[in-house]
Amino acid sequence: MAEQLPDRLSPLEPDYHPGSHGNFEQGVDVILSETRPGSILQLAAWPGEEKRLIEVIRKITGLALPDGAGGGISSGVRAVFGFAPGKFTVVDEAEGLAQAFAGAITPAIGTLTDLSHGRTALRIAGPKAEWVMAKFFAIDFALPAFPLGAGRSTNHHDVFAQIQRSGADQFDIYVFRSFARSFWKALCHASEEVGYEVQ
Amino acid sequence: MLITCPYCGPRDVIEFTYQGDGNRERPQPASQDLDAWNAYVYDRLNPAGDHNEIWQHSGGCRSHLRVVRNTITHEILSTEFARGGHKAGGRS
Repeated sequence: MAEQLPDRLSPLEPDYHPGSHGNFEQGVDVILSETRPGSILQLAAWPGEEKRLIEVIRKITGLALPDGAGGGISSGVRAVFGFAPGKFTVVDEAEGLAQAFAGAITPAIGTLTDLSHGRTALRIAGPKAEWVMAKFFAIDFALPAFPLGAGRSTNHHDVFAQIQRSGADQFDIYVFRSFARSFWKALCHASEEVGYEVQ
Repeated sequence: MLITCPYCGPRDVIEFTYQGDGNRERPQPASQDLDAWNAYVYDRLNPAGDHNEIWQHSGGCRSHLRVVRNTITHEILSTEFARGGHKAGGRS
């Protein structure tokens, strides 16, 4: 018998309005969307076990993490990035990634926390994406300082956010689900001046 | 004021939480040395100059850091992960 899965509801629903908004007469310079990945996981390695965890991530997702703090990679379907020493966020469009990792991350390597229901994933893309993001977060969004695939942990008005650059002019933002609607509204307001489209 | 997190790079001080004087030596939990506990709880150097401090990058990678800050100029002289366990180079 097929498993009966509940409907997935977006926390943005009352304020998610597809279409063009703001000052778009001169063109739409950013596109906002909710990516709704099926799996969002947080993996943490015990000190000294980081390389083993990175190898587990490679085996399960097929994504090879680059060296260095905040390094990451995105395939479009799956994404992974470091957000703290020995800690990684792994995202998959499909549900069930936690089960795939559960047997591979032994207690000797580290821990796995399934945040699929605890985070909301937003995407901002377009020529003015860096400009809008720089109004929110006090970090350098220029490509040399924030390379493709890399991740950053920061916050906006005490709302913790993890950001991954998933394209040259595209960022994925992971925020607490309970703060997501408020953050989304702020993101829409900040995008009004450049003209934005919600997809 | 910018603090350079060893993981995240330079970030605004608003992302960090001060966690106190980095010179304190916590007695063993079973210790009954009242002078040692008194010193741990109350004694502070309060230097006018370089000072060992513990900060947490609470709005970022959440790492605990040993920071040497000049209390007169607010210059951050060094940062490192607190996990290493050794003291930074400020006055102690």
